[in-house]
Amino acid sequence: MSGNSLFGPLDPAPDAGYADPPPRMGFFTDTSVCIGCKACEVACKEWNLVPEDGLNLLGLSYDNTGSLSANTWRHVAFVEQPLPARPAEPRVSPMGAGEREPRFLGMPAFDLPGRAGSDGGNGAGGDGPVRERTDFRWLMSSDVCKHCTHAACLDVCPTGALFRTEFGTVVVQEDICNGCGYCIPACPYGVIDQRAGDGRAWKCTLCYDRISDGLMPACAQACPTQSIQYGPLDDLRAAAARRVETLNANGVPEARLYGHDPDDGVGGDGAFFLLLDEPEVYGLPPDPVVTTRDLPDMWRKAGLAALAMAAAAAAAFLGGAR
Amino acid sequence: MTSVERRPRRGPGGDRVMVPRAEFRSYYGRPILKRPTWRYDIPAYLFAGGVAGGSALLAAGGDLTGRPALRRAGRLAALGAIGAGTYFLIHDLGRPGRFHHMLRVAKPTSPMSVGTWILAAFGPAAGLAAAGELAGYLPRRGALGLARRALPPAGRLAGLGAAAAAPALATYTGVLLADTAMPSWHEAYPQLPFVFAGSALASGAGVGLLAAPPEQAGPARRMAVAGAALELAAAHRVETRLGLLSEPYRTGKAGRLLRTGRALTAAGVAGALLGRRSRVLSALSGAALLTASLATRFGIFEGGIASAVDPKYVVVPQRERRAARGPKTSTDT
Amino acid sequence: MAEAHPVGFQWVVEAKARGAKIIHVDPRFTRTSALADLYVPMRAGGDVAFLGGVVNYILSNNKDFREYVVAYTNAATIVSDEFLDTEDLDGLFSGYDQDRRVYDPQSWQYAGHEPEGARQHDHEVQRETASPLQHESHGPGVGGETERDETLQHPNCVYQILRRHFSRYTPEIVERVTGVPRDKFLAVCEAWTANSGRERTTALVYSVGWTQHSVGVQYIRTGAIIQLLLGNMGRPGGGILALRGHASIQGSTDVPTLFNLLPGYLPMPHHANHETLRNWIDAIRNPGQKGFWGNAEAFAVSLLKAYWGDRATAENDFGYGYMPRLTGDHGTYQQVFNMIDGKVKGYFLVGQNPAVGSAHGRAQRLGMANLDWLVVRDLYMIESATFWKDGPEVATGEIAPERCRTEVFFLPAASHVEKEGTFTQTQRLLQWREKAVDPPGECRSDLWFFYHLGKRIKQRLASSTLPRDRAVLDLAWEYPTHGELDEPSAEAVLREINGYEVETGRPLSGFTELRADGSTVGGCWIYSGVYADGVNQANRRRPGDEQSWVAPEWGWAWPMNRRILYNRASADPRGRPWSERKAYVWWDPERAEWTGHDVPDFEKNKDPAYRPVPGTSGPEGLAGDDAFIMQGDGKGWLYAPDGLIDGPLPTHYEPAESIVRNPLYGQQDNPTRNIYDRPDNPLNPSPPDPDTSVFPFVFTTSRLTEHHTAGGMSRTLAYLSELQPEMFIEVSPELARERGLTHLGWAHVVTARAVVEGRVLVTDRLAPLRVEGRTVHQIWLPYHWGTTGLTTGDSANDLFGVTLDPNVLIQESKVGTCDIRAGRRPAGRASLAYVAEYRKRAGLPAEPAPRSNQGREGEEAGA
Ligand SMILES: Nc1nc2c(c(=O)[nH]1)N[C@H]1C(S)=C(S)[C@@H](COP(=O)(O)OP(=O)(O)OC[C@H]3O[C@@H](n4cnc5c(=O)[nH]c(N)nc54)[C@H](O)[C@@H]3O)O[C@H]1N2
Ligand SMILES: Nc1nc2c(c(=O)[nH]1)N[C@H]1C(S)=C(S)[C@@H](COP(=O)(O)OP(=O)(O)OC[C@H]3O[C@@H](n4cnc5c(=O)[nH]c(N)nc54)[C@H](O)[C@@H]3O)O[C@H]1N2
Ligand code: SF4
Ligand code: SF4
Ligand code: SF4
Ligand code: SF4
Ligand code: SF4
Ligand SMILES: [Mo]
Repeated sequence: MSGNSLFGPLDPAPDAGYADPPPRMGFFTDTSVCIGCKACEVACKEWNLVPEDGLNLLGLSYDNTGSLSANTWRHVAFVEQPLPARPAEPRVSPMGAGEREPRFLGMPAFDLPGRAGSDGGNGAGGDGPVRERTDFRWLMSSDVCKHCTHAACLDVCPTGALFRTEFGTVVVQEDICNGCGYCIPACPYGVIDQRAGDGRAWKCTLCYDRISDGLMPACAQACPTQSIQYGPLDDLRAAAARRVETLNANGVPEARLYGHDPDDGVGGDGAFFLLLDEPEVYGLPPDPVVTTRDLPDMWRKAGLAALAMAAAAAAAFLGGAR
Repeated sequence: MTSVERRPRRGPGGDRVMVPRAEFRSYYGRPILKRPTWRYDIPAYLFAGGVAGGSALLAAGGDLTGRPALRRAGRLAALGAIGAGTYFLIHDLGRPGRFHHMLRVAKPTSPMSVGTWILAAFGPAAGLAAAGELAGYLPRRGALGLARRALPPAGRLAGLGAAAAAPALATYTGVLLADTAMPSWHEAYPQLPFVFAGSALASGAGVGLLAAPPEQAGPARRMAVAGAALELAAAHRVETRLGLLSEPYRTGKAGRLLRTGRALTAAGVAGALLGRRSRVLSALSGAALLTASLATRFGIFEGGIASAVDPKYVVVPQRERRAARGPKTSTDT
Repeated sequence: MAEAHPVGFQWVVEAKARGAKIIHVDPRFTRTSALADLYVPMRAGGDVAFLGGVVNYILSNNKDFREYVVAYTNAATIVSDEFLDTEDLDGLFSGYDQDRRVYDPQSWQYAGHEPEGARQHDHEVQRETASPLQHESHGPGVGGETERDETLQHPNCVYQILRRHFSRYTPEIVERVTGVPRDKFLAVCEAWTANSGRERTTALVYSVGWTQHSVGVQYIRTGAIIQLLLGNMGRPGGGILALRGHASIQGSTDVPTLFNLLPGYLPMPHHANHETLRNWIDAIRNPGQKGFWGNAEAFAVSLLKAYWGDRATAENDFGYGYMPRLTGDHGTYQQVFNMIDGKVKGYFLVGQNPAVGSAHGRAQRLGMANLDWLVVRDLYMIESATFWKDGPEVATGEIAPERCRTEVFFLPAASHVEKEGTFTQTQRLLQWREKAVDPPGECRSDLWFFYHLGKRIKQRLASSTLPRDRAVLDLAWEYPTHGELDEPSAEAVLREINGYEVETGRPLSGFTELRADGSTVGGCWIYSGVYADGVNQANRRRPGDEQSWVAPEWGWAWPMNRRILYNRASADPRGRPWSERKAYVWWDPERAEWTGHDVPDFEKNKDPAYRPVPGTSGPEGLAGDDAFIMQGDGKGWLYAPDGLIDGPLPTHYEPAESIVRNPLYGQQDNPTRNIYDRPDNPLNPSPPDPDTSVFPFVFTTSRLTEHHTAGGMSRTLAYLSELQPEMFIEVSPELARERGLTHLGWAHVVTARAVVEGRVLVTDRLAPLRVEGRTVHQIWLPYHWGTTGLTTGDSANDLFGVTLDPNVLIQESKVGTCDIRAGRRPAGRASLAYVAEYRKRAGLPAEPAPRSNQGREGEEAGA
């Protein structure tokens, strides 16, 4: 249990004991080109025989799935969002000769049910009278297990059902898992979950069976716009950096990466994202930290508490006559 | 550790903490984290583990200081509690038939794995110790007669062994909860083992108060005081020092449970101290302490869950943490 | 496009990544808008006004690509001085016959062609038979020689007519009609024109948001005018892309399932107009006309040879007498009313679910409930097979299952993965696909079904001596079969479609080898070449990175594997590329041939300078710069002197149901649209009708990515159903407030035909518009739901009546007027009374009880 194994940049496959592993594989999900077609959700279910998740109209824009779960390993979020009007920025496009680029000359907006108010609502909050409609945008984003460098789910699994593959991904072995449920609260992204009626924990395998055969994961294969890009993580990180640069230069200053940084709280995600707003808007934690980062200290504190307990007991017996 | 350090505003009445209403965004107010699928079994297990640990210590103390009633009650309670705990643990599994898969590995990064091995050490020891207690009921002759003679010394050894494992058993559960992404559990990691240690001591004391005659119960009373002090002090920190993340422990179901626990603890301690001569009062105090411990475990359990269900407890502290790191952070551009 | 063609949309995303600007014009903000650079909300049904505004912008700012326009379009052509425009006649063109509601297009002709117009222009017949549809791949008949003024100054040249016609379509008018703010409209005009010309091209992509209107064809005509004016036709990155619907819907117009077409857009013969083979062929090739339709006889005779083989001889006019003839409107909607009227006995429903998918669902179901028998071949037990026991009319008591007379035969069909064959997509690309798995159980391919059905019918009739049975008995109906199920060989069918030499059986290399003397067989002339050299060219799958960017070896495109039609226009009149960047096909003077990246859509060795001897017809009549080689005059048509029922130029008419008065003309709506004026097909009142307040909102219907059309293929699947689990209705927050609708609560939408309920989705993606000084609220509904499947719900199509575009008989299912109210609709019989009440308030006559779907002798059931 070296400190490094619990926190900080790390190449997980060698750390897990693979002698000569292939490059770490992962996903770069570029939400700026996601069209919300949900082909990824369906392809994943088809390939992995994931059960249906219930016919519930949630009315979260076009999201009737709600979140990742044991029965949904790719989840497409839809965010309808009023935006402060922004002056059009002149831009020289490769195709056009420096025309003014109107952006999001979309539709005016104001409060919607479920969005008004400032607590728990999505969007800029504030109830009250009809506001002037402002610019509008519709964000879509396909979420998935992050295949964390430091995967809390894996760290805490008491059976070894969760394991690190040679590709650096994190997979549950369904014949080992005994449904202890520990991985579920451990995941800082709320990914893995128990399947009702089955008892075991399930999540994205990064299509371990497919990638072992040199195929692309089903969701990436199905994605029509290459919003989901699969490949060696290093290449993806480089491509993502270029993409953000391009977008930032082309008048999309809000484009940013999420989960790409090996220095972040989970040592970087194996599946990272390009977002157009803050992570929490998409249902992602803003600054996740792998819980086991603090584990050595937790054990120390527990040790102290244990000592205190023993001492208190001893004192109780030794400290009085009767 | 960069935890949420919201400066609590101290009200005139002392330590009532007001956290400013949180401004935050989320995905339709839906939870970011998954709530644990654990049912009541798990807090019940936490309680049982505490009782077992506290009782084992009580038994060993009684044994070493010649208080057979304490020894006997402690050993039997330890076995009963650990048996119940094990049942709860297995019952909570999605696939109980695969309980033994826990024994495939020993993982220091998994408090549950560590706990499994502590349990594996403690359980048989507690069993043997209790068996030593019951040896007197065995026939005098034959193979069982041999056991009748061998069990008490073995039980004694085992009882001491169980006592050695007891503090670990009672406190690792703090790590079990803390080693998750549930904000209010995780942020409470420095305190939870102490809360549980105190609670275990108090519940062990409760067993003693319930079972032992007043003349043997002195150590139990002192254990009750020490345990209650430890528990209340640590729990107070949990409920007040975690900024926004203390809120789930003060409100809702968790708040009610923890307040109940605190009141019962106080009553139990008072009873223990005042009822030195009264068997009934002692027993009542013991029961109060045990119930308090139960309420505390459920309270802590519920508090963590509440912190997972409302995305506020994820978003606000994490954004503050990020902001505290300065503008150039990993997820910002 | 992102919603309904997500896979195709990848190319838009790629273009955007390379700097293209994406503009989306739609009544509601969709997944397409989400990725567009500019989203333009507009009122449904306003596109001619919008696009007309763009035409006006181009012409009044001289933004047209003049050299292209003069050379390749009919801008310079002089039109008859008898022609009067909508400007002169308040929204009508000259030649309108008030009583028959049709035009005599005599006055629309090119100058000097009027006398030729002696050939019958009976637009009434043309409307019934949707004859303009028959011109899908070519212009209609027009003589080759035209008077031209290449300075474009002549007051009656097309260019000047266009200028005058569109001069009213100012930004102000566009805003008033469509609700599109001026600045947004001008942003579109600027972007479109700036990105067109020598160096750049703009593509126009549309689908059924444009077609399903009573003026749908004119929408597309307006788009075509813009693309011609800007020089965007026949060039890479340009064009008009009709995103087709079902996977091979293009194929099903090429080798058609339409009542008025034969393979390759040969018209179905009309009993009166095409009595003889000669009449028929002349009607297609229009003697004297330039261009490739001059060879129509070879195409037609080869088709007859494919049908009747050896029995098709010169002596019997190649079996022309066997051909069925049109006698009127046999379109699907007319059939439905005929069913209701008891005129139809039996019906085959193959791969269609009209009980949900077709406009006026109620009429569809009541019609089918009045047949003797109905054969449904489908993958699933769809509403069109179960309406008699679970349709809404059962709930209302109008259909009593135990007395419904229709005997329904459900025959399970094999799906696309369970059989082999080709798909033809938007780009006219044929792609072969193999069978992946055997069909389960009793499922059979449609090919199997029709082949074996034909065999059995022939067997039944074998001893018949009736002349009328000869047509069937003489059919060439032998294809090799294979496997346990005797599956006919789809490749053998493809080979016949391609055509071969009768003598040797040698597959033809292309349609130029087709002969009129009966020596060749050719099932679909435009597909000729798909089996060249005996190789299934549609089965080619060379990866893109192993060939040129045009990718000629991926599948096979008709005609002759050309990827861009009319690509002669990608070079200037002298045959040089308009620009280096946009070089595509050009004249190589050295080798004296056309060459380039694609197969030139021009005679290979015709010099750009070639000028025909006056009077030459057919392909030889085309000059070296007549790029539009299928047109009678070799020119792209800005103005259509013939072939359209509703006018030579697009004109803004309001939808058949509208809440506003046409701001442009006295003529409110398309005067020539197909109207089925029957009590069971009422229209909501529209201006100039004084009272439109009963149905004060506009509604439109379309698709969700998660579902497919009438739902048979998506509501039956759990993985799709869970993604959109319930029928819903989208409204703007403003309308929600006005009508007290709550998010996820219930609401119901009412028209004169029906009331339909769903859960409410309040969304910013819909916004009220300012039109003619008033606020227009638009409501949106998906039309995927019905009564069977994993998720069921009301059908949006019940809301529509039947009004059709006169040119192609497509229904107006993209726009109507309605009311919306909070809460669920009344159920069962009460819903009839509810709608009746609305009709009464709107001043409409009450609907008669459905006639005879209950039992034979007009038994009144459930009354
Ligand atoms: N997922 C999915 N894909 C499909 C299908 C499906 O059912 N589901 N169906 C297939 C078939 S059969 C077809 S034909 C195609 C159809 O493909 P599309 O034509 O793209 O489909 P629709 O969603 O019916 O209509 C497109 C848009 O037209 C808009 N619209 C409505 N009225 C007007 C108007 O007056 N003017 C303008 N400018 N826009 C208007 C609607 O708001 C809608 O967003 O899709 C094919 N692909
Ligand atoms: N209000 C409104 N109405 C519309 C439209 C609209 O936009 N708005 N769009 C219109 C358009 S563009 C279309 S195309 C229609 C579609 O309307 P329909 O064609 O009536 O509806 P589908 O559900 O596509 O029906 C196709 C059926 O074919 C079956 N099928 C699939 N493959 C095969 C096969 O190989 N063989 C056989 N025999 N069956 C097969 C499927 O199971 C399905 O039930 O709806 C039209 N109606
Ligand atoms: S995202 Fe959660 S489930 Fe996925 S690897 Fe990380 S900790 Fe495990
Ligand atoms: S539920 Fe399964 S995968 Fe999760 S920690 Fe327990 S054994 Fe491991
Ligand atoms: S990688 Fe495979 S398992 Fe993971 S979401 Fe994609 S398709 Fe599903
Ligand atoms: S990630 Fe790709 S497949 Fe998934 S919804 Fe977005 S565009 Fe569709
Ligand atoms: S369903 Fe088929 S045709 Fe439609 S978008 Fe997807 S791949 Fe293309
Ligand atoms: Mo379609």
